Amino acid sequence: MRAQSRGPAKRMLSTAKTMTFLQLIFYIFATVLVGASLMVITVRNPVRAALFLVLAFFSAACLWLTLEAEFLAITLVLVYVGAVMVLFLFVIMMLDVNIAQMRAGFARYLPLGLIVAVVMAGELTLVMLSGEFGLDHAPRPVGQAADYSNTRALGEVIYTDYVFAFELAALILLVAIIAAISLTLRRRPQTRTQSPQKQVRVRKQDRLRVVQMPTSQQDKP
Amino acid sequence: MIPLSHYLVVGALLFAISVVGIFINRKNLVIILMAIELLLLAANMNFVAFSYYLGDLSGQVFVFFILTVAAAEAAVGLAILIVLFRTRRSINVQDLDSLQG
Repeated sequence: MRAQSRGPAKRMLSTAKTMTFLQLIFYIFATVLVGASLMVITVRNPVRAALFLVLAFFSAACLWLTLEAEFLAITLVLVYVGAVMVLFLFVIMMLDVNIAQMRAGFARYLPLGLIVAVVMAGELTLVMLSGEFGLDHAPRPVGQAADYSNTRALGEVIYTDYVFAFELAALILLVAIIAAISLTLRRRPQTRTQSPQKQVRVRKQDRLRVVQMPTSQQDKP
Repeated sequence: MIPLSHYLVVGALLFAISVVGIFINRKNLVIILMAIELLLLAANMNFVAFSYYLGDLSGQVFVFFILTVAAAEAAVGLAILIVLFRTRRSINVQDLDSLQG
């Protein structure tokens, strides 16, 4: 990919100065993204893998910014880097895993995995660099005006055409919440908890007893 | 100008990397979950790129829903992982063969 893209980049240097900066950004973030995802699957420590995954998501968000998908880029950073990856880190640090044992057999599947990956990436790259997705078939759009709001445009589509799917997404999130809680909730018999139904059904006679006592004479004035 | 194909190649490379990640990390379930997140990111990259170059916002709506489902999947997957670790004291995939016939 690098060799294919270097050629046009050099040629653009002489023609359009502004476009080359966008290209520079694109290639920097694409390289960081690919490198970080390579580190995710090869580093020994799962905590480092999670941190490299954060880097990968962040550079993917920057790539989406060059595609004028601002809302999704910010969502990716907020939701993924902010919530999902923190969840991953929590779980990794909760589990007490023997890392050395985890890495055994790493090299056993490496040749097969490399063959599959190289064939897959080669085929996909061959198709995508065949010219069907080049600039003459799919020219890059000129870009929106400065007062264009990607969030507003996306909201107008989501809340009209895709409102049913949007509510289904909310339902999926609800199901995920209930599933995650019910899977990990465990009741321990020795822990002390409140029982709300017993608290509600209690009567005054159970707790309070009015005792009649004779008043003492000394305290009277 | 960056052609559409370069974004697609980045997506393809991400996809291949995460597939090989699933292949070589056969023992650590956490890394496999991370590789699945990367797979979904590769698909999202293609959706966003096509959405921009074809001038259609529907691609970004799809990415929105994929992100939602991926977040739910990560939450449930990690919950299953915790339950698994509680009962088996291991997250090795090869220990999880009690369901085989």
